[in-house]
Amino acid sequence: MKVLRLFLSSPAAVIGFALFLVVVAMAASADLAYPGDPLDLAGRPLQWPFTNPRFPLGTDVQGRDIAAVIFHGARVTLAIGGAATAIAMTIGIAVGALAGYHGGLVDEILMRLTEAFQTLPNFLLLLVFIAVFGSDIATVILAIGVVSWPASARLTRAEFLTLRSREFVQAARVLGMRDLPIIFREILPNALPPVIVYASVVMAVAILLESALAFLNLSDPNVPSWGNLIGTGRAVLRTQWYVSAIPGVAILITVLAVSLVGQGLNDALNPRLKGRP
Amino acid sequence: MRIVLLALRRLAASLPTLLVLLVGLFVLLQFAPGDTVDALMAQMGGGDPAAADELRRFYGLDLSVPVRLGHYLWRLVQLDLGYSAIYGKPVAEVIVERLPPTLLLMGASLAFAFAGGLVLGVFAARKVGRWPDTVLSTLGLIFYATPSFWFGLMGIVLFAVDLGWVPAGGYEEIAGGKTGLARVLDVAWHLALPTLTLALIFLATYLRIMRASMLEVMTLDFVRTARAKGLSGMAVLTRHVLRNALLPMVTLIGLQAGTMLGGSVVVESVFALPGLGRLAYESVVQRDLNTLLGIVFVSALLVIVVNFLVDLLYARLDPRIVS
Repeated sequence: MKVLRLFLSSPAAVIGFALFLVVVAMAASADLAYPGDPLDLAGRPLQWPFTNPRFPLGTDVQGRDIAAVIFHGARVTLAIGGAATAIAMTIGIAVGALAGYHGGLVDEILMRLTEAFQTLPNFLLLLVFIAVFGSDIATVILAIGVVSWPASARLTRAEFLTLRSREFVQAARVLGMRDLPIIFREILPNALPPVIVYASVVMAVAILLESALAFLNLSDPNVPSWGNLIGTGRAVLRTQWYVSAIPGVAILITVLAVSLVGQGLNDALNPRLKGRP
Repeated sequence: MRIVLLALRRLAASLPTLLVLLVGLFVLLQFAPGDTVDALMAQMGGGDPAAADELRRFYGLDLSVPVRLGHYLWRLVQLDLGYSAIYGKPVAEVIVERLPPTLLLMGASLAFAFAGGLVLGVFAARKVGRWPDTVLSTLGLIFYATPSFWFGLMGIVLFAVDLGWVPAGGYEEIAGGKTGLARVLDVAWHLALPTLTLALIFLATYLRIMRASMLEVMTLDFVRTARAKGLSGMAVLTRHVLRNALLPMVTLIGLQAGTMLGGSVVVESVFALPGLGRLAYESVVQRDLNTLLGIVFVSALLVIVVNFLVDLLYARLDPRIVS
């Protein structure tokens, strides 16, 4: 309750949450507002926004309704962002928890692996995955998840390192609990809050990664995507720049919303950091 | 001397990491459907299987996986990155040709982001809680949330198409025949917009870190002491606060070296720069896995080298590390 009150007391967090709700509402109403395939031809190509009441945001090079792509794209963006984040957080938490709890050799090996992932630019690694496994939507989600976990593993590990020698953990051990229940039932709930907050950063980056892939035409072409629309708009950038501009604003708003919510949560959960001069 | 030794030890510690990375990538590439020879045959418009087998033998693709892994690692030690069938020359040669634009772009963006983040961060920290701070922090958040390629495209629309201040893409004027200073200026003119595009996103992060770091250091006791000694505000800031507040910024350079390389893939594609990032994109499209793997190797080396330099700089700024 206190956390909620603190969250709501920050205007930035409330604005972020409201923006996020708008994107979610667009995703949820996509089928109602724009039934049918948004990638189908809808009308004469390259109509400017606000010129034809049927297409409030205009049409693109291939005569697709930009508003329809934006609405359906919201769904894809949220789905990819959410699923990739879930994958990244699962791997990160598992690796971080095992490394932090066990220490020693396990820690050494897992941290080397984490470092290997961090040494490589994650977008480049993403390109390698796409080159090898193709750009089917499931592959893209999995690949983004697999390149995004290292930071959350480090964060979880740091939390575990401070928690593993606490009294409640020793008590659990004395009671005869096994390692896995101690990790997941005793330590993890205490380590989770900062990690959950970090998920917003992972999600923001995941959305940006997907849009960059789609922009380069390396994502699934059969899925309506904002990044892809920006890429299509490049061909007519000099004259019909709105085709690229509109979906970019959509990405900007979504990522901004996710970041603001994350920051608001962070401030609400660590109130002492907020009041710092 | 001890600084160098310390940094060298850190450098040595990154070698096993590099090995893990390379082995992992090699294994990953075994899953790729089709190999270089398939791509080559497709480009030639097909061919008979006998010729394909011949080519496979030529590129050593007919050997078993562990043997090829061994060969691969041994060749990497000799800095031989293999042969690009698409470009028709050694991968190392292709990469060296493409390296200068990327290094220039990254170096310029990093310098711009670091300097801008430093100045604006100090400014925001001094006006903390007042409107300049709020405006800067909000702008920082917005830049952070902007996809770099979109930023680049909008920059092209505004600065290249509408205003005509800078070219819309390219590295230098083709067949401009410029030499010396004229050529340097030409390249700088072409790189202005790409640099700005890549830098703005990182500038936001530097600004945020610098501001937080300044706020933290300014509350410390030695700052109060410096003030109590009667030093002017400027002297306290430059000689005492900045030196300490800079440490997290320097750490960030090392952390972001990789992200910046990844960002250059997209930015180079937007501005048609013949750099390493664009080469990576092209090799994905052309399924030139040898080249892609070479780029990954060189990028990892670059990141490790940057981190080595950051270690040196860090030890120089913070004597506590060495003792």
